[in-house]
Amino acid sequence: MDLLFAAPALPLDEAGKYVAGAYVVFVVLLVVYLAIMAAKVQRIERELRDVAAIAERNKEIQAAPGREAEEAAPYG
Amino acid sequence: MYGKGLKPLSIATVAMLTLSLSLVFFYAPLDGDQGFIQKIFYLHVPLAIVALVGFILGGIFAIAHLRTDDRKWDAYSYVSIHISVIFGVAVLITGAIWAKASWGHWWVWDEPTLVSFLIVFLLYATYYPFRYAIEDRDRQARYASVFAVTAGAFVPLNFMAVRMAQSLVHPRTFATAEGGMPGEMMLTFLCSLAAMALLWTTLVKFELTAKSASGQVKRLRRALDAPVAGGGSRIAPEVS
Repeated sequence: MDLLFAAPALPLDEAGKYVAGAYVVFVVLLVVYLAIMAAKVQRIERELRDVAAIAERNKEIQAAPGREAEEAAPYG
Repeated sequence: MYGKGLKPLSIATVAMLTLSLSLVFFYAPLDGDQGFIQKIFYLHVPLAIVALVGFILGGIFAIAHLRTDDRKWDAYSYVSIHISVIFGVAVLITGAIWAKASWGHWWVWDEPTLVSFLIVFLLYATYYPFRYAIEDRDRQARYASVFAVTAGAFVPLNFMAVRMAQSLVHPRTFATAEGGMPGEMMLTFLCSLAAMALLWTTLVKFELTAKSASGQVKRLRRALDAPVAGGGSRIAPEVS
């Protein structure tokens, strides 16, 4: 363990790799998290579009209650 | 409701992160002992502090949930722990890089600070399977809250135990006997800490907003008597 204290400060060209690595890891984690969140938001948007379509269809059915029955049995 | 104030908060976070990075690389002096490697300190230590405080906050929100039985607090607790676990991953990786650069080893097993943080991280990593194992949503929320309170109480105890262990290897952030950090370093550190705290808050708010939106869509679907797409998440609490 004493060797750890004896280790001198790394020269800038070598230390720079480690410092850059640490900051890049942080940025990569942040970007991955944001990408996952973006996918979630896209899914919510898709679901919302589906719900809007269902609501519109329900509204149309309510507006013309006989039409669905006519469409179901056009020769009846 | 959760999205209120998210935009100014995000702008403040980006501004603070930019300021802290500028201070780290253009203002803070080079450490006489560690040299350029010490720049990792301004990332690693604030991340660790914010992650640990986030775990404690998760416990406090869980207490609020157990007292009020309001699912909102369960969601706050879950999201606080979730973001803190992500921060924990960053702490472990940046810490390993720093250890390799200054000690020559990726990990030192007889260093209490490192091992204790790993224990806390692994403890919280079990939070997800623990939640996932319980089907009933009310029981899931209650048991997860009990877990969050117990684990949250363990965090400061663990921190104090490590301080009392008086390790000679891991540097102390606020050394007292040696006179502490110079003013420029302290200012840079505090800015980095504020930036990480803002980032944590923004991500928590972002996650809660997404969960709230998802919950609202599911409620709408149920109101329209339409099947819920995907059946919803069994693990994450629904927020409405």
